[in-house]
Amino acid sequence: MEKIPVVELKNLTKRFPGVIANEDVNLTLFEGEVLALLGENGAGKSTLMNMLVGLYRPDEGEIFIKGKKVDISSPQDSMALGVGMIHQEFMLVGNLSVAENIVLGLPDLEIRPPFAKINKKLIELGKQYDLNIDPTSIIDNLTVGEQQRVEILKLLYRGANILILDEPTAVLTPGESKELNKIIKKMLSEGKSAIFISHKMNEVLEFSDRVQILRKGKSVGTRETSTITKLQDIAKLMVGRDVLFSLEKGEYNPGDIKVEIKDVSIEYKKSVRPLLNHINLQVRAGEIVGIAGVAGNGQQALSEAITGLRKITSGSININNKDMSNKTPIQIINMRVSHIPADRNKMGIVGDMSVGENLSMKKYRTEELSHHNIINKALIKIFANKLINTFTIKTPTQYTNAKFLSGGNIQKTILAREIDSCKGILIAVYPSRGLDVGATETVRMSIIKQRDNGTAILLVSEELEELQMVCDKIAVMFEGRIMDIMDTKDATTEKIGLLMAGVERGEM
Amino acid sequence: MRFVIEKRNERSKRMQILVPLVSLVISALLGSIVLLFCNANPLQTYAAIINGAFSSPMRFQYTIAKMIPLLMCGLSVGIAFRLRFWNIGAEGQYVMGVIGITWVMQFWTWLPAPLLLPIGILMSFVFGGIWGGIPGALKANWKVDETLVTLMMNYIAIGIAEYLYISAWKAPKGNMGTVKYPEVAWIGRMWGKIHYGVIIVLILVVVLYFVLYKTRWGFELNMIGKNSEAARCQGVSIKRNIIIAMLISGGIAGLGGGINSAAVTHCLTSGVNSGYGFTGIIVAWMSGLNPFISVLVAIFLAALQTGSDALQITMNLPSSMSGVLQGLILLPLLAGNIFIDHRLKIVNKKEVI
Ligand SMILES: Nc1ncnc2c1ncn2[C@@H]1O[C@H](COP(=O)(O)OP(=O)(O)OP(=O)(O)O)[C@@H](O)[C@H]1O
Ligand SMILES: [Mg+2]
Repeated sequence: MEKIPVVELKNLTKRFPGVIANEDVNLTLFEGEVLALLGENGAGKSTLMNMLVGLYRPDEGEIFIKGKKVDISSPQDSMALGVGMIHQEFMLVGNLSVAENIVLGLPDLEIRPPFAKINKKLIELGKQYDLNIDPTSIIDNLTVGEQQRVEILKLLYRGANILILDEPTAVLTPGESKELNKIIKKMLSEGKSAIFISHKMNEVLEFSDRVQILRKGKSVGTRETSTITKLQDIAKLMVGRDVLFSLEKGEYNPGDIKVEIKDVSIEYKKSVRPLLNHINLQVRAGEIVGIAGVAGNGQQALSEAITGLRKITSGSININNKDMSNKTPIQIINMRVSHIPADRNKMGIVGDMSVGENLSMKKYRTEELSHHNIINKALIKIFANKLINTFTIKTPTQYTNAKFLSGGNIQKTILAREIDSCKGILIAVYPSRGLDVGATETVRMSIIKQRDNGTAILLVSEELEELQMVCDKIAVMFEGRIMDIMDTKDATTEKIGLLMAGVERGEM
Repeated sequence: MRFVIEKRNERSKRMQILVPLVSLVISALLGSIVLLFCNANPLQTYAAIINGAFSSPMRFQYTIAKMIPLLMCGLSVGIAFRLRFWNIGAEGQYVMGVIGITWVMQFWTWLPAPLLLPIGILMSFVFGGIWGGIPGALKANWKVDETLVTLMMNYIAIGIAEYLYISAWKAPKGNMGTVKYPEVAWIGRMWGKIHYGVIIVLILVVVLYFVLYKTRWGFELNMIGKNSEAARCQGVSIKRNIIIAMLISGGIAGLGGGINSAAVTHCLTSGVNSGYGFTGIIVAWMSGLNPFISVLVAIFLAALQTGSDALQITMNLPSSMSGVLQGLILLPLLAGNIFIDHRLKIVNKKEVI
């Protein structure tokens, strides 16, 4: 059977001030196939796809859809051509309902949209694809996984048959990813075609028919997925060097207790169950304690309670043997606690300030970067360049606004700032989210290095593999409780899986 | 064919210069239409505005004297806006400043004469600061919407002022206005109508620029304004900074009131709510919150006011006409700003199937 191309990108080039994001890229997507687009952070994957959906204009090159040359200058244009994209960062309006979000921006929308009809259609679509979303619920009240399903529903409602999925599972739990992957498979079985961006190799192998690899804005080749035998091979193609997939770790040699959480609870008016329910946990110097669990079971609340961002209603939190319950964030920071927050764009960076300034946001108040309350720009410049180099942050200059960096490089900026300023205690929530395989490895190595230097580390992660590779102890959270804490060597995947699902230890 | 407005990747430098120029031309054209309806020659009228603002030393001095309180209010609003705290209460804070200095001048007579002015000026800062600090504290502690509170507090301040100059503090002679401040406590004149307040305000510009762009506190304000949640995660106290910023913002508007009355009106009387606080919002906005650029914008707006006020006499136009012209000139300028961040594209619909 002859393969019909549905999307052809020819010699696309896109320049931004100081970077060539895409250079002379060719890409073909055939009908009914899934093409995985791979490449390290900042390789230009999102940019390429944003040109296809009309968010950016190519500087050079042509786009063909179903054999016809097209000029796509807005998302409405691409929608009319049946191209729909799920973006790396969610594009939903938080205080609107699901249905309102979905019809928002439709070109032929009436002034008063017939929501009864729309809701009915959404419910039908939802049933058909097992999406299970109430069209009237408000986005802010949904979990990330549900929000992602809204994005999918949006594509379905708008009748997209060429799907572009930019790291759709990056923010999802393994369970949610599986669900999502099932839905995507179903959509594909109906003859839709898709371009799929992911840093998770197993997904790439499971899903795609072909892979295409971008490096530094250029296409460096395509492969049939079936011909790929070793993960290392694609990893090497992506980052241009060998990736280890296993890590060296020093002897486990725990010291004093640095963080002690005693019987901490957070009651939350609106929900029936408390966010945190009598938590007891200790982290010692030179030790990495991992928190496993499906997102939304209190991990984020726990990290925010320790860092002073959220008030606890009972219990106490001791840091360095001092009672630091319900202290302000700055008081906690002054106890030398670093924090890699869960939501990088909302909590981690200030998009409209430069990369250099973002890197300085912990140390601007220390003598290292300022003197007598006056910030020393020259010192910031040297400091920022040092971090940009050590953490290989890809940015045109340190004066570029942080929002212009690729998703992975934004994450690296936060990591660089927090790891650099870390003196004793590190609370890391999903630190490797959205990072490419090479960068993930680097981050895990630097976390281990911190531990070997005597830092007490609390690592929240959804990837069991990561926890098992990095941690000394693993605690499992479920519905705001800690189900069990165990040594990593006892933490088998099955056991953690059961605990994550809420099965008590006694019942196993 | 249709038009699409598309966000630029960067603020365009070229547009930052081009937009005001083109807007000015459009304004002039719009204004011409209105003027033609009033049987006035547009060219002559515009020439008269420029003449009215700059042609003689006296007029130039008048423009600069007007610029001083206007710039103060612009700086005041600019600080609050940095935090995305929509302070539209500079007018009231300005009026409170006048009340503050008048209180000292009228009732602190036991003070040695040379101290009257500095203490009076300080009091105007304190009064304005309190008037700004209240909405700041309400917002910081209970998330009370600042736009409404600051707006309403304008009218409260104006009401208090009216009560004071019509009845409680009224001078024995005349039917309104307080007693003139003792002459030793006036701010002196440098050159004609231009008084030493101009030096104070220019020093303030430099100080503010330094504080906002070079200090840790300026850095924190910037973080809060651009992403308050991230700022909080980095240990910056949002509450504290909102309150401090509003104390200072209100204080500077109050200072504007204090200086203007010590130098120009010498008392608290009707006309104290002269609109500087409201025009200050435009100064802050058009300058992109930059203190140095605020100076230029304030001169421009002051010139526009003195110039168009002169029209009444020179062109025999109704006094309301000057307001109409001012509005027409500002409207395209403010609207045109969108093209600094966005570009207009004409798309040929046929290419897209
Ligand atoms: N709007 C923009 N302005 C300036 N530079 C940009 C802009 N968008 C992207 N870039 C730059 O283009 C390059 C490619 O970015 P892109 O987001 O396409 O990377 P990516 O391959 O999707 O990476 P990641 O895996 O981290 O998401 C980066 O160097 C980025 O800094
Ligand atoms: Mg990307």
